[in-house]
Amino acid sequence: MPLHLKRLLMTGVVIVSLFLLLKHALTPESFGQYGHYRGNSMAEIAALPAHFTGNQSCVSCHDTIVTMKSESYHSELTCEGCHGAAYKHIESPKTEKLIKPDTNEFCAKCHSINLARPEKAIVQVNIKEHHPEKNCIKCHNPHQP
Amino acid sequence: MTEKETSLSRRNFFKNAGIAAGTLVVASTLPSFNAVLFAAVKRNTKGPWYGIAIDIEKCIGCGTCAKSCKIENNVPQEPFFFRNWVEQYTIRKDGSLKVESPNGGIDGFTQSVPAEEIEKTFFVPKMCNHCAKSPCVQVCPVGATYETEEGIVLVDEKYCIGCKYCIQACPYGCRYFHPEKRVVDKCTLCFHRIKKGLNPACMDNCPTKARISGDLNDPESDISKFVRTKNVYVLKPHLNTGSKLYYNALNQEVR
Repeated sequence: MPLHLKRLLMTGVVIVSLFLLLKHALTPESFGQYGHYRGNSMAEIAALPAHFTGNQSCVSCHDTIVTMKSESYHSELTCEGCHGAAYKHIESPKTEKLIKPDTNEFCAKCHSINLARPEKAIVQVNIKEHHPEKNCIKCHNPHQP
Repeated sequence: MTEKETSLSRRNFFKNAGIAAGTLVVASTLPSFNAVLFAAVKRNTKGPWYGIAIDIEKCIGCGTCAKSCKIENNVPQEPFFFRNWVEQYTIRKDGSLKVESPNGGIDGFTQSVPAEEIEKTFFVPKMCNHCAKSPCVQVCPVGATYETEEGIVLVDEKYCIGCKYCIQACPYGCRYFHPEKRVVDKCTLCFHRIKKGLNPACMDNCPTKARISGDLNDPESDISKFVRTKNVYVLKPHLNTGSKLYYNALNQEVR
């Protein structure tokens, strides 16, 4: 074999082996386990903490309010839908307080008149005419509306 | 005759035109995507095959879904970063259409068009369609986004290089660039909650239970019953994305 061909061959071998080495070093451990992606990333996403804990976690301390709400028009609502995620509050209930939404605008998010809201689905009021000077929760208990 | 003139010759023009016309004819005979036919076939033999259903007749546009999602998934609170959101469509009596989504619907909607001008108006909650033939997955150059065997489209944030090609590719606008992590972020169907046996945060907190998700393989699941009993439709079926987000009572005006 002529020398220039040998050199070319050697260079080729070096380049290919360098590429294979780099590929081996740079490919993450679980890549290709299930498909063209890093299989471990699924477990990493699955391990993230859940922020919303569900009504059953509220019952142990706030049983009267949960029972009252479960028998009212608002029975389908989750506690955290209005009060925010409770994951911190459950661990340190004294310091991590949840929000108590008490503005008329908050009630209006569901109950203000909007033609797009299905009429049968929800009670709608004209918040500019229905006692605009008063706070909604002065007359309507949100847990027993 | 030079080479350039040859390539623009009449013969070549007719040849290329013939190829283009032939491709169009063949493409037109391909079956279009039908979401219900697609759902009827068992797609994952080993486990669940997740789908989503949204009932527009039940949505009251309160935005609790969008708000819950931001809390659950640490989505930046500033505007324009959403994994899910609500739009209000208003068809005016003059035939024009208005689509609005102030802060993704999180602060609620005030009817911006006077009642006497409105022909029809409705809310459309939107989120990732978790497509079975996702354009976003197909374009990722590094394999950082993928469809799991259970039919959920996820992003590997450690592997994403932030090229944003998938944001361009998604026909539903369901991806955004996370300003702090500098990677693309999207709905995971609350993968971390599903794996703990919980429902996605947006679905748990929906006050009218307008949105559900579940196993399309299980004929007794709520989602299978929804697909069977309602007049369901997916967004942009002509794009053949394999969308698994089924809407009840969706108007054709929704894009």
